[in-house]
Amino acid sequence: MSYLLEQVLNGLSYGLVLSLIAAGFAIVFTSTGVLNFAHGSVVLLGAYLVAVLHDAIGFWPAVLVGLAGAAVVGVGINALLVRNLADPNPGTAAILMLGVDIVLLTELTRRIGNQVLTLGAPWGASVVRLGDVTLPTGRVLAAGVTLVAFGALWYLFSRTDLGVGMRAAAADGPTASLMGIRLSRTAATGWALAGILAAVAGIFLTSFPAPGVAPTVALSAFAAIPAWVLGGFDSVPGAVVGGLLIGLTSALVTGYEAELEPFLGSGFGEVAPYVVMIVVLLVRPSGLLGSKEAVRV
Amino acid sequence: MSDAPRKLVGLVLLLVALALPFVLTDFWLQTGLFVMATAIGAVGLTLLVGVAGQLSLGHAAFAAIGAYVYAFTTGGSTTTVEGLGLPPLLGLVLAALVAAGVGAAFSPIAGRLRGIYLGLATLGLVFVVRHLLVNLDRWTGGFVGRSVEPFALGGFSFSNRDPDYLAVAGTEFEGLHRLWYLFVLLAVVAIWLASNIRSGRTGRAWANVRDSETAAAAMGVGVAGAKRSAFVVSSAYAGVAGAMLALAYGRVAPDVFSLTASVDYLVMIVLGGLGSVAGAVVGAVFVTSLPLVLAQYSSALPFLAAPGSGGLDPSTASRIVYGLAIIAVLVLLRGGLAGGARRLRERLRPAPPVPPVDRPVAEEPSRSKETTR
Repeated sequence: MSYLLEQVLNGLSYGLVLSLIAAGFAIVFTSTGVLNFAHGSVVLLGAYLVAVLHDAIGFWPAVLVGLAGAAVVGVGINALLVRNLADPNPGTAAILMLGVDIVLLTELTRRIGNQVLTLGAPWGASVVRLGDVTLPTGRVLAAGVTLVAFGALWYLFSRTDLGVGMRAAAADGPTASLMGIRLSRTAATGWALAGILAAVAGIFLTSFPAPGVAPTVALSAFAAIPAWVLGGFDSVPGAVVGGLLIGLTSALVTGYEAELEPFLGSGFGEVAPYVVMIVVLLVRPSGLLGSKEAVRV
Repeated sequence: MSDAPRKLVGLVLLLVALALPFVLTDFWLQTGLFVMATAIGAVGLTLLVGVAGQLSLGHAAFAAIGAYVYAFTTGGSTTTVEGLGLPPLLGLVLAALVAAGVGAAFSPIAGRLRGIYLGLATLGLVFVVRHLLVNLDRWTGGFVGRSVEPFALGGFSFSNRDPDYLAVAGTEFEGLHRLWYLFVLLAVVAIWLASNIRSGRTGRAWANVRDSETAAAAMGVGVAGAKRSAFVVSSAYAGVAGAMLALAYGRVAPDVFSLTASVDYLVMIVLGGLGSVAGAVVGAVFVTSLPLVLAQYSSALPFLAAPGSGGLDPSTASRIVYGLAIIAVLVLLRGGLAGGARRLRERLRPAPPVPPVDRPVAEEPSRSKETTR
């Protein structure tokens, strides 16, 4: 029983980290209509900055630099590339982001090389015991920080002018613009927020129990894509639900792999999120909490 | 515009392609085989994404199905893998048919989804197919893959044996040379078919669905049927491309058909210009040959270091050039290379007499006109 509980708790905390990444996808998509395939590289970039800087300036300042760096890169991609697309539409923007991802990821991979950089997180490899359940401190912290982050996002989107402006811009850009909302500013805020969330997720994805910063971390953003999609494209709460669902699914499938292997084959944990995504999309084509697209003639 | 210059260019290119095996070294022949195989895949994808407007990130999955169906149906049974030992031509046809069938099976999902949703659902397909390839190891050889029987037709093998020695005009025709002509034939047929589909009734229906599903339905186009046929045709192309890749490598392995490969196909058609068949071919030439050529000539390029020495090794350099090329084309060239070429042609042609209307004349045809031209 405690094994099951441990898997569930692990899955939920991993799911919360995924939902940070998924929320980044959702925020960028609603504020600029871009499917941000470079999000994984931004996750890696945040963690990489922390890993190379923590020796020189200490862990917490390095975290600040990591968050700021990821935010600046996001804003820069939007201002320099997305806004200058020759043929602005969601398809070309998505492929542009694939190009950006290739450049960023290749450069980071070259810098990291074959080493696994340590993050220097003060919580190290310690664990928390609750009864007979053992969880890594990093995972518990991740869950706490994520909940705080989503609380802050909720405050931003419902209680501040900037956040309400962003929602208005997402709902109807031209009208919002006529009402005096600067679309360039809401777009930049969206990209910066997504970058910050990505860097936070990157830090938790690379600290214990993960070995450290390696290029494969960028792939975990791909695991967040099913979370984002099944939650609904334009919904931050959907991203949380989706993240939890995907986190649970992969933790349980991986945790009980030995029992599942005869009929699902080995390594099903990597595929399970996509299978869940395809099934959910079949039943609800706009995701669980996404708003349905209206067709206007 | 008249079709004659275009046909002339096509004929000249075909003659050049037929003459190349007499002068090229083995490296370039091998590169050419990969280019022709991926070009067919890219042409199939441009029909789906560019003409019918259905974003697919799963093209490599269909290519994988084609490659493995060919390897399984033509291969013999050994201690580790099974095979049916069918004739290679039948294997190639089955590769196309099975891939098309899977495309048809996927189309109920495709029919429910649109745009980016569809792209992400097809992304799932890549992972699912990869999982199957690794786990169905009696048929696929698992992680390491399996070797592929060379193509043969009526006792004539497209490999270095059977006949052992064959020379045309003093040039020995080895497996690479023989495959080259097979691939040229397949590529010509594929390109010709695609151009005809694109400008025919089916292609117009697809373009109509792409521009507006509602309008297409109002015009009497069956939207679900059009999407299904686009998926089936494009998957068949991918299946043939996969089988050709298997022949060119002489082996199949799951890593050849990763997500990266799917992205590569998408990049080919976007660089070339969405919906343009010639653009897809040009994109395939660039995307496929760039890493191979940079790796081959890395010692001659001063800014490249040997792999593992910590400097800029060829594969890293080609990835960065590749990413920058995507960004540059998307930011600078509207409509990709094909769009750029069309604008250049229009600029070079003497200006037509200005029609006596006082509304401004559009600089270039709109997207919908472009495909119905």
